[in-house]
Amino acid sequence: MRTKKSTPYLFLAPYLILFSVFIIIPTVMAVALSFTNYNAVQTPEFVGLTNYINLLTQDSIFLQYVLPNTILFAIVVGPIGYMLAFFLAWSLSQLTKLPRTILALIIYSPSMTMGVAMTVMWRVVFLGNQSGIANYVLTQLGIITEPIVWMLNTNYIMPIVIVVALWGSMGVGFLAMLAGLLNISPELYEAAAIDGVRNRFQEVFYITIPSMKPQMLFGAVMAVVNAFQAGNIGVMLTGSNPTPQYAAQLMVNHIEDYGFARYEMGYAAAVSVALLGIIYTFSFVARRLFGEKD
Amino acid sequence: MAIGGTKVNPKKFHKNQIPFYLYLIPVAVFMGAPIVYIINHAFKPMDELFAFPPKFFVSNPSLINFRNLFQTAAGSSIPISRYIFNSFIVTVAVVLLSIIISTMAGFALSKMKFKLKNTIFEVNNLALMFVATAVTIPRYLTINAVGILDTYWAHILPLIAMPVCLFLIKQFMDQVPDSLLEAAQLEGAGAFRIYWKVILPLTKPAIATGAILAFQSVWTNVETSNLFTSSEGIRTLGFYMNTLSGVGTVQGQGMAAAAAMIMFVPNLLLFVVMQSSVMNTMAYSGMK
Repeated sequence: MRTKKSTPYLFLAPYLILFSVFIIIPTVMAVALSFTNYNAVQTPEFVGLTNYINLLTQDSIFLQYVLPNTILFAIVVGPIGYMLAFFLAWSLSQLTKLPRTILALIIYSPSMTMGVAMTVMWRVVFLGNQSGIANYVLTQLGIITEPIVWMLNTNYIMPIVIVVALWGSMGVGFLAMLAGLLNISPELYEAAAIDGVRNRFQEVFYITIPSMKPQMLFGAVMAVVNAFQAGNIGVMLTGSNPTPQYAAQLMVNHIEDYGFARYEMGYAAAVSVALLGIIYTFSFVARRLFGEKD
Repeated sequence: MAIGGTKVNPKKFHKNQIPFYLYLIPVAVFMGAPIVYIINHAFKPMDELFAFPPKFFVSNPSLINFRNLFQTAAGSSIPISRYIFNSFIVTVAVVLLSIIISTMAGFALSKMKFKLKNTIFEVNNLALMFVATAVTIPRYLTINAVGILDTYWAHILPLIAMPVCLFLIKQFMDQVPDSLLEAAQLEGAGAFRIYWKVILPLTKPAIATGAILAFQSVWTNVETSNLFTSSEGIRTLGFYMNTLSGVGTVQGQGMAAAAAMIMFVPNLLLFVVMQSSVMNTMAYSGMK
């Protein structure tokens, strides 16, 4: 469509202004602050790479708990959650419309509870005494004899956080993949059967996935974001930051711990930049796998 | 007929579909059970909340937990109606404004020709991966610098620009035929008139989807209340509900369940009503 030169920029202006102020500038500031010592009161003092060096050599909590926890969490909730979402979407696409819609709605609904409702819900389920439903069911099944104080027991916090995150991870990406699956032309499958595709596995790898690469990429990006956004679950469920004995401490929590509890903003910013680096690495891999690059 | 006797989007039930049900139904039970449990919990009277063995379903539903919730709020300095009012204002503002700015930006990116078009879209695609909690501190500093700390704007402005909304809306607009816009131009319609009369009516499903995503991001948001406001009087319902979830007593548990239900049900209803629009939009969600 032909327009005056200024028209597109007029239409873009409101979005771009807010986008810059609340997304771009904070990101740039995080990078800038990460090279400083800043306590939120005095002027930031330039310290070069000190924060990054400390992060990788001095911060034993980061190296011992936060980094391994984050990697474990990111891999299970990111790539594994993503494969699960694809598998569920693919299975649903093989059903007739009404049951498919109902099941998809149920599977999607946990992602709508993320935040307050999710916290309350799982706290009640994992109540630390015998009247908690999780304790009761496990006692009845004979798996445990004494009720477990879930949110204080360092052996269970991380697995619970991962299960809750996976439970809530079938969101927009899952819906996009389901829509993508339903839009693949049936003729492609028929042609494939004639061309000698013999089993389901081959069909999925040679026909389904290549035909919906754009949705696969969108789903992957959403899975990565979701995995890192869900980083607050541990703190919300246990109600404390740091989580008991750092059992479910993730980078997002570490940032808040240093930034808002200790006012070491420069150091917290360095952790943010490291986290953004990890997120972009994940998405770079996704783009390599599904992107339509020459 | 494709391999294995089943195919994508079948019209009729066939016994070959049974294996899918054998694991999809248990998965759905796992996904849905906590939600069903908490809704039942919200209606349990005191003796059932206390009951041992604990019961999954409520037998004598009562509204006592909801009543307690409102009474507790009445006992504090801020009545619950204030939190509800705040949440209502903030939610409506975020949903409306984010739809307006994303559709305007989407229209420009999808249908107009200009120099920075691809760069802007590419930057927005990168920002899909933006995790707000990672840069909470500089965000706090910018909000402070803009001068909206501890005002309603602190709830609203930071949430309006949603890269995922712009992305989905722009992708959806791409399939509106250019010939329609050219015809409108020939009849003398300006860019704004085309946006209002042609683009918006044709992108309703994407607008509905954007509205749902914006609603989800703002309705249960606790962060803006926690970090960007300090006066109790302008904090939101989500924040208040979250303070209740810390209560460890049995009575507190029932109230917390009622609170969780209040936060969750509007989300669910909105999605159920608009699910076909959402699926329609998602069909165009591909990224290259």
